Amino acid sequence: MMPQSVTGETPRLVVDDLRITFRTPQRVIEAVRGVSFAVGREKVGIVGESGSGKSMTGRAILRLTPPRAEVSAKRLSFGDTDLLASTERQMLKVRGRRIAMIMQDPRHALDPVMRVGEQIAEAIPAERRGRAAEDRDRVLAMLEAVHIRDPRHVYGLYPHEVSGGMGQRVMIAMMLMPEPSLLIADEPTSALDVTVRLRVLAILDELVAERNLGLIFISHDLNLVASFCDRVLIMYAGRIVEECVASELARARHPYTRGLLASLPRAGDTRARLPVLARDPAWMTSELG
Amino acid sequence: MIAVRDLRVSFAAATVVDGVSFHVPPEEMFGLVGESGCGKSTVLRVLCGLNPAWSGQIVIGGKAMSPVRDRAFFKDVQMVFQDPYGSLHPRHTVNTALTEPLAIHGIGGADGRVAAVLDQVGLGGAFRYRYPHQLSGGQRQRLAIARALILEPKVLLLDEPTSALDVSVQAEILNLLTDLRRQRNLTCILVSHDLAVIAHMCDRIGVMQHGRIVEELTADQLNENAARHPYTIELLAASRGYDRALGERLADE
Repeated sequence: MMPQSVTGETPRLVVDDLRITFRTPQRVIEAVRGVSFAVGREKVGIVGESGSGKSMTGRAILRLTPPRAEVSAKRLSFGDTDLLASTERQMLKVRGRRIAMIMQDPRHALDPVMRVGEQIAEAIPAERRGRAAEDRDRVLAMLEAVHIRDPRHVYGLYPHEVSGGMGQRVMIAMMLMPEPSLLIADEPTSALDVTVRLRVLAILDELVAERNLGLIFISHDLNLVASFCDRVLIMYAGRIVEECVASELARARHPYTRGLLASLPRAGDTRARLPVLARDPAWMTSELG
Repeated sequence: MIAVRDLRVSFAAATVVDGVSFHVPPEEMFGLVGESGCGKSTVLRVLCGLNPAWSGQIVIGGKAMSPVRDRAFFKDVQMVFQDPYGSLHPRHTVNTALTEPLAIHGIGGADGRVAAVLDQVGLGGAFRYRYPHQLSGGQRQRLAIARALILEPKVLLLDEPTSALDVSVQAEILNLLTDLRRQRNLTCILVSHDLAVIAHMCDRIGVMQHGRIVEELTADQLNENAARHPYTIELLAASRGYDRALGERLADE
């Protein structure tokens, strides 16, 4: 069965039965075990705990899994492009240009010895580059789009001179420069303070809506994803155990999802102890219902 | 049990803690919440003697603290750090990590004490001769708690003890801390950036911003939405998840 996106448009990214396996002489680790979903012009959240395979799934879409990983799928395509059959050369036309990825920590993803403005300018695809002054103006416009108040000043800063929230805005600006149509954000705000996180998310939200982008938001934070995305996929041990409309997460049916929701402390909470998740081996294999 | 008055800490030109005062009665858990750089961890480091450069007044268990602490102090006041990967010696077994504090303080009966404390934190004897890399994040944090508790301290200082853990594991560790605190009549200070964790665990809460406690309130007051300070209200709203209107209002600040 091919999953349909809620918006009813033709899905642009289709992942069908994705499997990622690592083989070592000692054992075989199945990091992702048959994941299927589709993403159109919508915000889809992938939530799971460490080791659930959520990041590997995001990386496999861009074919950025480690060399040892064996990736297979019935279908892994973006528009007309078959991502699994593409050569490395063809992938260069997809990565960054049509599908961009925002990583967790901007300070690791940016070049420490290059001014941030120049790094953003570098993201303009070669065929679209103009004269230096034109490119500079485009970068400044993009910095303004991510709500940086003094773009000229920030243009000349080095990565160590910008705060975490500012760094993440710079990353977003850089990723949007080639005008991709799908963004994959892997824990984009986990390293940020809660109030800064809201600011960055509001910017991301605005840009995704304005530019008609699809967004895959990978996170461990169930509440955040549910309040930000349209749809949520919940991953456990390499599989999607439940999929639901984000606003209806409270009515989730899978015991894992319910257990996760219950184990979160909340402001206004009067429970003396938090319910602890009792992991059921059946979650490894069985479907919902 | 713990009284802090007008605590100030500066590093070079930067004032990190700018006149913090609070009071923790015996067997209560006090929470300090705030964002990175607000000085909350520095307060904790000063309390446990890791940061000798401060001014103000600190009284713990009726004794005024000087910047340099004696050995008896460390038996009574113990700390659990955020990163269970960084706070354990990679080449020391669980047993070594737990016997060392006993040896330092010349406490006998190590064998029985190690076994008892491992049981108490839910690790059990099977873990006794393992190395940290053979433990999961949650198990490491249990070990860090065991190491703090083996000296039977009166005060436990907790610096973001669950921030590096998955939420399901976080629930287990928070429950463990709730239980141990009751069993051992501990006085605790919990530092976290997560208001929900603080609200769940603590009796009183100090909200820190720019090196000051901008608002102090009880957990009940917080739960009844009695917070007054705009920063506390912002933190509360942010802890409930993404809210487009709030995020956009903040976006241009």
